[in-house]
Amino acid sequence: MSRNNMNSNQNILVKLNGAGFSLNNKWLVKGVSLQVEKGKIVTLIGPNGSGKSTTAKIALGIYKKIDGSVEKYTSKVGYVPQKISIDWTLPLRVNDFMVLTESISNELIDEALSLTGVIHLKDKNLGDLSGGEFQRVLLARAISKKPELLVLDEPVQGVDFTGEIALYELIKKISDELNCGILLISHDLHTVMSATDHVVCLNGHVCCSGSPMDVAKNNEYKALFGEQASQILSRYEHRHDHVHTSEGEIKKN
Amino acid sequence: MLDDFFIRALIAGVGVAIVTGPLGCFVVWRRLSYFGDTLAHSALLGVTLAYSMEFNIAFSVFIISSLIALTLIQLQKRTNLPGDALLGLLAHSSLAIGLVVIGFLSFIRFDIMGLLFGDILAVTVNDLLIIWIGGALILLVLKLIWKPLFASTVNYELAEAEGLNPDRAKAIFTILMAAIIAISIKMVGLLLITGMLIIPAAMARNISSSPQKMVMYSIIGGLLSVILGLFSSLEFNTASGPSIIAASLLLFILSLLNIKQSIKLKN
Repeated sequence: MSRNNMNSNQNILVKLNGAGFSLNNKWLVKGVSLQVEKGKIVTLIGPNGSGKSTTAKIALGIYKKIDGSVEKYTSKVGYVPQKISIDWTLPLRVNDFMVLTESISNELIDEALSLTGVIHLKDKNLGDLSGGEFQRVLLARAISKKPELLVLDEPVQGVDFTGEIALYELIKKISDELNCGILLISHDLHTVMSATDHVVCLNGHVCCSGSPMDVAKNNEYKALFGEQASQILSRYEHRHDHVHTSEGEIKKN
Repeated sequence: MLDDFFIRALIAGVGVAIVTGPLGCFVVWRRLSYFGDTLAHSALLGVTLAYSMEFNIAFSVFIISSLIALTLIQLQKRTNLPGDALLGLLAHSSLAIGLVVIGFLSFIRFDIMGLLFGDILAVTVNDLLIIWIGGALILLVLKLIWKPLFASTVNYELAEAEGLNPDRAKAIFTILMAAIIAISIKMVGLLLITGMLIIPAAMARNISSSPQKMVMYSIIGGLLSVILGLFSSLEFNTASGPSIIAASLLLFILSLLNIKQSIKLKN
């Protein structure tokens, strides 16, 4: 590999080339190409069932029997899953949970828990936390190990309104300070438009993608979000020039 | 000193309890009690094969249990049957084959009771070596796979996403289960091995607030059960396995009393 080539690629953390995943002969998502680079935030948007979480799991390597390919250039990954079910036969405190996948120092644990505002819960049992508190712990765990790649699947669900804004600001700050790449899944279009470097709009496939401004000008995006642009925070309607069949095929109207 | 059968049994039991403590915690956390039972049932086949071929029992049981575990993993991949049905299928068919083979071995005298429920008189110096060396190896391997195994017990996807290779850890743990059954079969008997894994761990769950504490209490509980059980086995002339398990049940009941107290304190 030439030196030049290496330089142009060295910022890439993960790259999907026409990636797709099918379950029981039904495509959850198909033909997704995207890349996450150091210091950049890539956001996936799209309606429920459009394959956002699936795309994230493909990028993380959780799904292995995939179509297309994934190139991953880092092993320092932090992940906040959308759903997490923890078995309460385990006596697990927040403190134990923080060192689950990597042994990190006490200072780093405290720092991360303070950043997400849950340092006071450090010795509490994980099962005793509220949904929002648990979400903050999940985010703290993901950032505490100072990863190169953060994959955040709706990281602020269940968090109160002021907390939500603060956490999104924190995510932006982490991206800048750690120079890590972030793959974010969010329903909050306001955040998406203001904090994101690259937006990918999914609906079983990539509808459109680009910088927030580019995407905002895109016809398909306008069809999706444009008419409600002024009410961007409150309404979200998905309209298409095509329909999706139950087999995951795409038919033009 | 090792001439005394009781001292031998005690040393063997202590060795077994130190290993079943941490493994038992994973059996409880990962809900593997029936898996443990299945491996233990298949151990009878291992024992009969060992007798018929004049082979070391622990080694033979280890091989057969590992084969059954690998068969289970393959069946899970290839059929849509639920896990408990597959476990039942393997447990009873391997038990049945083991009993059929025993029928063919009429020329060998079998101490079936000792096989099923453990026999402290049967523990030889050779068995002590197997238990302590085998046990040390099991604990060493468990320590090596602790992080990925524990992380995937909490959440598989987190472990996989953050590069811990949980599938490999699970496969290795399965082999460790076969190994612990192989080394403790003489002591506890194949019908009660799962009890030795689960009951001290369940007792520990009642009184511990962190995974490390649970492992520690589980070991202590196992040790107390073995000591109490063996002394009462000697005193009342009962089989060693049931005596040890009954002692662990006693400890479990005591741990329940402790819960009630702590709930009272909370209110």
